[in-house]
Amino acid sequence: MNDAALTILHPSSFDIVRGASVAIVGASGSGKSTLLGLLAGLDTPSQGAVWLAGQSLTVLDEDGRAQLRGELIGFVFQSFQLLPNLTALENVMLPLELRGVKQAKQQALAWLERVGLGHRQHHRAQQLSGGEQQRVAIARAFVVQPAVLLADEPTGNLDAETGARIIDLLFELNREQGTTLVLVTHDSQLAARCSQRLILDAGRLTC
Amino acid sequence: MLRLALRLLLRDSRAGGLRVLVLAVMLSVAGLAAVHGFAERMQAALSLESNRLLGADLVLVSDHAIDTVVMTTAQAQGLLTAQTMQFPSMISTDHDNQLADIKAVSAGYPLRGQLRIAPSLSQADKAVADIPQVGTVWLAPRLANALNVRVGDSVAVGYRQLRVVALLIDEPDRGGDFFNLAPRLLMNQADIAATGLVTTGSRVTYRLLLAGASQPLASYQAVLAQHLTRGQRLMTAADARPELRDVLEKGERYLGLSVLLAVLLAAVAILLAARHFLHRHLDTCALLRCFGASQATIVKLYLWQLAILGMFAALAGALLGYAGQAVLAEILGKLANLSLPSVGVLPFLQAMLAGWVLLAGFSLPTLLMLRHTPAIHILRKDVIALDKLGVFAYMAGLAALVALLFWQVQDVKLTGVVLLGLAVVLVVTVAFAGLLVLAAGWLAARSAGSWRYGLLNLRRRAAGSVIQISAFTLGLLAVLVLTIVRGDLLDSWHATIPAQAPNRFVINIQADQVVPVRAFLQQHHIAQAQLYPMIRGRLTAINGREVYSANYADQQTQRLLDREFNLSYTQTLPAEAQFSAGQSWRVDDKRKQFSVEQGIADKLHLQLGDTLQFDIAGTPVIAKITSLRKVNWDSFKVNFFVIANAPVLQAIPASYITSFYLPPTASSLLNEIVRGYPNLTVIDVSAIMQTVQAVLNRVTTAVQFVFVFSLVAGLLVLYAALAATRDERALETALWRVLGATKRQLWQVQIIEFMTIGLLAGALAAMGATAIAWGLSSYVFKVPYHIDGWLWVSALCAGGMGVTVAGVLGLWRISRVPPLVTLRGN
Repeated sequence: MNDAALTILHPSSFDIVRGASVAIVGASGSGKSTLLGLLAGLDTPSQGAVWLAGQSLTVLDEDGRAQLRGELIGFVFQSFQLLPNLTALENVMLPLELRGVKQAKQQALAWLERVGLGHRQHHRAQQLSGGEQQRVAIARAFVVQPAVLLADEPTGNLDAETGARIIDLLFELNREQGTTLVLVTHDSQLAARCSQRLILDAGRLTC
Repeated sequence: MLRLALRLLLRDSRAGGLRVLVLAVMLSVAGLAAVHGFAERMQAALSLESNRLLGADLVLVSDHAIDTVVMTTAQAQGLLTAQTMQFPSMISTDHDNQLADIKAVSAGYPLRGQLRIAPSLSQADKAVADIPQVGTVWLAPRLANALNVRVGDSVAVGYRQLRVVALLIDEPDRGGDFFNLAPRLLMNQADIAATGLVTTGSRVTYRLLLAGASQPLASYQAVLAQHLTRGQRLMTAADARPELRDVLEKGERYLGLSVLLAVLLAAVAILLAARHFLHRHLDTCALLRCFGASQATIVKLYLWQLAILGMFAALAGALLGYAGQAVLAEILGKLANLSLPSVGVLPFLQAMLAGWVLLAGFSLPTLLMLRHTPAIHILRKDVIALDKLGVFAYMAGLAALVALLFWQVQDVKLTGVVLLGLAVVLVVTVAFAGLLVLAAGWLAARSAGSWRYGLLNLRRRAAGSVIQISAFTLGLLAVLVLTIVRGDLLDSWHATIPAQAPNRFVINIQADQVVPVRAFLQQHHIAQAQLYPMIRGRLTAINGREVYSANYADQQTQRLLDREFNLSYTQTLPAEAQFSAGQSWRVDDKRKQFSVEQGIADKLHLQLGDTLQFDIAGTPVIAKITSLRKVNWDSFKVNFFVIANAPVLQAIPASYITSFYLPPTASSLLNEIVRGYPNLTVIDVSAIMQTVQAVLNRVTTAVQFVFVFSLVAGLLVLYAALAATRDERALETALWRVLGATKRQLWQVQIIEFMTIGLLAGALAAMGATAIAWGLSSYVFKVPYHIDGWLWVSALCAGGMGVTVAGVLGLWRISRVPPLVTLRGN
């Protein structure tokens, strides 16, 4: 990497074991989201490699990474990223439909009920509160039963109480499903609940 | 995949996300279908109308009997046929005899239009579907008058006595060379043999009249054209009345221009809407990528969505177009007392196909870019840079559009001029819009308040601003071009037949009758009547070399040379004469001179300084050409191919001719003049003029009507262009309001932005439209071009006000949504 370029993440190496819960913490601009993007194969590093479930993400092309994502990874975003035109149920159905799952509706409905939103299945995303939207997003992430769940500041847009409920839900599902949970957060309490912490400081991994 | 695409599409449509795109495709298809469908019916109706002047759709004219095979073959093709034989002959009663123009007709004549007869001049005439029964004749009133016979009397035609049963008031195909017309006698062809008048060497003109559906007719016409023998020619309505051909051609071209601009506007609307649609789906795409969808999956998913959307929108558009043209054709048909023939399904299929081509051409480039949506977009919104590729990707769409235009309009010159003009205008527009955006940034830094933010908006949305200005310019320009050309066309058509164009010709006025006839006309306030001497002569030599008709390839030229020219002479050429070469002679110039009409000069390859020799009743007359004139043959005034100065012809006996306008209320006046001078022949051309006028009126209405469609297409572009930035504006408005902006401030900022865009678009459109309309009027339609200052005023008003009002109306809706709802949605 040449000197003129902006280095967002400095060389660092770490492993995440199956079933672990990992918090990536650090100040704004420390490179948390970039690291998450790399782990998900949404972006590629200019140097180094990312391995996911025994497969190097860096040697795969965009479609190859997309396929791996589809098989292994679920996402929860800070800004929920629900499609505004779709209902809660349709948003949860979407990843299943994309895989051609026949029972998409039943599975999606089951997950909506699991996150406590069965009664709001026909409401559009815009008509839901922040906490509800995030619960829909969690249902959407878990409905495909991912091996890894990546969450980018999942409570960042929520008040403390709602945030806490969301986190409880995430950890509960994590245990129940045996999912590996990687979350980016500012919240030290949340980080404390994780089994592993990656602290970023100006792009450097400090532990 | 198809089911998922359909489901996504349904969900999208439920949320109203497809409205603009569906509307754009639907309206473009509807516009095309209606204009095409209507144009097809209009053309069919117009040719029926003008075919009435021919008595048929197509006529085979022959100087010898036409082989019966020609007729039976035509009948086998499903065509209607009728035959006529026409020749001059003396007819007589016990006391009198008179030269008549005899027309013997077979059953079925006329195939188009109607014969009108009356028992006597004092009784009303009526249309009839029959022809004279065997043993009977119908006489023109003038002939009956000259022979002093009434209905019930008999006349001798050759060896056969035939009974007069009616006066022939009107026949549809009377037109043609009415200067040489003897009064008509109409008889049944079955009586011809008994008259003994038609023998070997008789000068008979045989006609086979044909009519039927356009397809078999056209193919039979092509066959006939290849098998014409010497002395045979084919005639269509356009040949019968050249002025009609001109009107029809220009009318058709204008319809073509409207279709062209409507397609173009539709393309712009679809381009904007497709862009908008796909940009709205960036998030969805990025999300799908996160869920593991491959590029191919995304492309397929959206291809299916567009295909389904295109199918439904095109179908709806075709139905709408059908309804539109049917309703308007109904209204127009009633107004004009004209039943329009039914319309085929082809224009609608074509329009649907065109809608698909447009949708595919302008959404595929964006779709292919969408494929590259980086998944990281879901985490960081800033990484999208699709527009850089856009310019190149749209070339494909542009190529599709150009191909579509040439295919739909089928007029290379017209399409070429418009596209070339538009290309130049577009380049200039983008350049000016770019400059405006830069200037706005510079000005914003130096201004305050609403101006600052209004101008800043322009600068910040640089690409969007340029696109909006270009779209508005194109939309406005199309409407302006149509307005200008329409105005020029209508002006030229109004000039073709002025309200008081001559509708009567009087021929055969003898030299000693000139003074009393002129006095009579003046006494009855028919002031415009000018009497011209008329002498018939055959052109025998050019520059001393003998002329043979066989040396000329053009049939019309051959016929002209085989017949006699109508020559005239004057002291001075008319003041309104337009000289294309040479000039008028002076009154005292003793040198013998001819002035020749430009068209005939071209056909005979004549030039200034050539010597012409005419044979007039055995006397050779020689003179030099000293001027070439342009003559407007549509004016219904007396015109001559060749006019001499007095020294050439004044010694030769001449009869005189005049033409004038006679108001319908004064038609009995001519009976008076004919009673006084029985040798005069009065020719009433008002029926012909009425037909020409009717055709003109209908083409005019059609022209006005298709203009409305283009106007709607223009409004759609406006709507689509505004919709493209609506989401962004909604968010901005919400933020402004959260930050405490008053409504007044919000409106000011938006008005400044819209007004600037609109005014620039108006100015550019006026400039472009002036140039393109000048090109079209001068080179394609060949009508005089008028510069109109109001155009600029109205363009600026339409641009500034139209864009602002439309924009602000959209904003009004946005401003009623609570800011929180808008912000949450984003």
